[in-house]
Amino acid sequence: MKANLSINGKEYSIDAPEEIPFLWAIRDIVGLTGTKFGCGVAQCGACSILVDGILVKSCSIPLSFGIGKEITTIEGTSENLEFLRKAWHEGNVPQCGYCQSGQLIAATALLDQISNPTDQEIEDAMSSNICRCGTYVRIKKAIHKAVALKNN
Amino acid sequence: MSTIQKINRRDFVKIFGLTSTGIILGCSISSDNKNFLPIADGNTFSPNLFIEIHKDGKIILISSRSEMGQGIKTSLTSAIADELEADWSYISVKQAIGHEKYGNQNTDGSRSVRTILEPMRKMGAAAKMMLISTAAKKWNISERDCKAENHYVINTKTNEKIFYGDLVELASKVEIPADETIKLKKVADFKYIGKTLKSIDLTDFTHGTAKYGMDIRIPNMKFAAIARCPVTFGTVKSVESSNAEKILGVEKVIQLDRIVPPVGQFFGALGGVAVIANNTWSAFQGKLSLNIEWNYGENQTFDTEKFKEVLTKRVHEKGKLVPGSIGNVSKAFDDASKVIEATYHVPFLVHTPMEVPNATAWFQEDKVEVWAPLQDPQTARAEIAHFFEIPIEKITVNVTFLGGGFGRKSKSDFVVEAVALSKKINAPVQVVWTREDDVKHSFYHATSVQYLKGSIDKNGLVSGWLQRVAMPSIVSSFKPMSDYASGFELGQGFTNNPYLIENFRLENVKAEAKLRIGWMRSVVHIHSGFANNSFVDELAFAAQKDPVQFHLDLIGDDRIIGGKSNHPYDSKRMKNVLNDTAKNAKWGRKLPENHGIGIAIHYSFYSYVATAVEVSLINNKVKVEHIWTTIDCGLVLNKDNVINQLEGAAIFGMSLALFGKITTKEGAVEQNNFFDYPMTRMKHAPKITVHIIDNMSKPPTGVGEPGVPLIAPAICNAIFNATGIRIRQIPLIDQGFDFE
Repeated sequence: MKANLSINGKEYSIDAPEEIPFLWAIRDIVGLTGTKFGCGVAQCGACSILVDGILVKSCSIPLSFGIGKEITTIEGTSENLEFLRKAWHEGNVPQCGYCQSGQLIAATALLDQISNPTDQEIEDAMSSNICRCGTYVRIKKAIHKAVALKNN
Repeated sequence: MSTIQKINRRDFVKIFGLTSTGIILGCSISSDNKNFLPIADGNTFSPNLFIEIHKDGKIILISSRSEMGQGIKTSLTSAIADELEADWSYISVKQAIGHEKYGNQNTDGSRSVRTILEPMRKMGAAAKMMLISTAAKKWNISERDCKAENHYVINTKTNEKIFYGDLVELASKVEIPADETIKLKKVADFKYIGKTLKSIDLTDFTHGTAKYGMDIRIPNMKFAAIARCPVTFGTVKSVESSNAEKILGVEKVIQLDRIVPPVGQFFGALGGVAVIANNTWSAFQGKLSLNIEWNYGENQTFDTEKFKEVLTKRVHEKGKLVPGSIGNVSKAFDDASKVIEATYHVPFLVHTPMEVPNATAWFQEDKVEVWAPLQDPQTARAEIAHFFEIPIEKITVNVTFLGGGFGRKSKSDFVVEAVALSKKINAPVQVVWTREDDVKHSFYHATSVQYLKGSIDKNGLVSGWLQRVAMPSIVSSFKPMSDYASGFELGQGFTNNPYLIENFRLENVKAEAKLRIGWMRSVVHIHSGFANNSFVDELAFAAQKDPVQFHLDLIGDDRIIGGKSNHPYDSKRMKNVLNDTAKNAKWGRKLPENHGIGIAIHYSFYSYVATAVEVSLINNKVKVEHIWTTIDCGLVLNKDNVINQLEGAAIFGMSLALFGKITTKEGAVEQNNFFDYPMTRMKHAPKITVHIIDNMSKPPTGVGEPGVPLIAPAICNAIFNATGIRIRQIPLIDQGFDFE
């Protein structure tokens, strides 16, 4: 099928199988590879993107779901995402870095919803993202830091 | 840069040449790996570490090791920057291709810093001396009146300064300092080494621009998924592919024979049926639509539950005596005031790096190029040369970022698959494993069953220790019929445990491999660390002694073993980390209700680690509340990176302690994906306190792995402390505990 997509404020026209999950449409057809494949079954969050501001696992939604909506991937930007990036740098969060695209997008969605989340709210929101390197302690700290950076 | 120059081999550093943009320095390092290819002959200098200094001041160093999250690129940068008095922001790191000129590139065994640090520092120091010498000549003053600082050489009398970049051209004509004149900085003068440095790849990591294996895109490349036999080494009997071929995007279905490795080396590839498509998803869908009949072969009866019973029976009978056993355990047991026995079990485990195995290959008429996330690119290159009969110099192996490695990406089976397919379809192709493929067709971390018998004498001290180990060997992946753990495996915490025991007997027990066996982060130390620390805790309880004091007694007198080696074992350092952890965890304090605390020590990859874990239990729901880890790893290159690695090791260790388990029925692995091979998630993560012993005068030792083996036993000992329930098998989820 032909599809017009709006990703990070840019328009893309692609031709793709109708049922292709959004993840593979953006990685293999649009060519934005920052969004990662980790499990294919919405278990790890590596493929997290925002669709009209809503956090989704792009491996498990069809391409058609994203048509006519504004998509944000790790290649994009937003106020909260930029504060999170800063905090990720300050906290030296990543190890291998692979899951961090999804972690940052999930954290952006969290701060979009709750401007100053508690530890519990961070754990609830971020526990659908796996980091095999085990950077959770730093991610949690960095989310608090991003809030602090924003409020200063 | 491929020029090889004739010089005296005693020279350590060599200017490699003046390029249009600057100078290249090279040096040759040896390695502690026996596979290292030495300098070809006495007169040939084959540098395997490089730094380039450019006229615009930029410094580029080539990292021969792969970056998989352990922070090697940043660590090497700090070494060069410090000795060269360079401005950090001018330095960048290029990833080396897989080539023997870089020496051993196998990124495993927590050895990169251990082997590369000193040469890196020396090269930096030599370059600094050359820049100073050049500036001194320019000013016509003595070198003593010059100093290097932050990318400038400064005239200490006049405070004039010259930028490094402006000295490069002249510096290239200066004599290289002789090895014995190269002076390294004192620990107290370090600016970067031992300090907290941020990853040099942060911007790429936080913007999705770091290129991992799966992110490689070559014009006209295809994507492939491979259906492999559920039973190890089974073959295709017949395949019906018409449904797969109907899927939009699928272009071709190809049968791949197993690529059998020659005895003693390489990994080959499993073979199966490959679906070639114009996108990854269509390849995955095509694979699911194949109708394949398999010849399951001889491993189809392999059942891990039955295998565990067989091994359990075997460890209760006498095994093969392992050299290094001392004294007379039978007599110790006869004379003891208490004798206890216990049997421990660790299941098969799998690595599941977040980035699945994948490789992109382009087989052209007379050359092959590969892009892949590889821990061991040279083996990949050698395998391609061997299996496809291509001269090795026609093969280029590009190393991408690794989305986690943990040992899985030191095997190159996925590269061999990609090359085989590219050859068949005459186009570049990216083979991508699904997560299910990764879980079901890996090189697994072996299972083990261990029997321990120990005695306490009348003074409450350990007088005898008998340990029988049954564990399929990694060697079986290279050499069929290797049915016993090998010497190098027993050397990971069994023959060299940190204890002083007068009567010690180790026995090796038969365990056949019916799955491909590989190594996973901290390898056999997972087995030795679990059984040793669990059993010491049992002995301490039997002796009615405090576990920390009991451990201290067991480590014994101050002594150094292997004094002539680069990394002798020093019992004082072991006791020191234990005392430090106990202090940080406030060992001995009154714990809240339903809380328990446990301790473990381990010596691995030449590093000394002690870990305390506090847990809380409500009914069967366990919460790991706090993990304290202290490491003595000698000289620390990047403090924050060491802390990050040990935090990660705690989480990795928790995953295997709480959830890790690969089982088989009728030869096939039963687990599929993260829903039935779960990982530690943020909601499970405890507070983690890492402390590094300041021991900067000692050589650097391993960091990536040594934190892992202590987590499972420390958690189990903490649960015992809280409940009196002794756990001798992991994962805990199978022992009636819950973590939600």
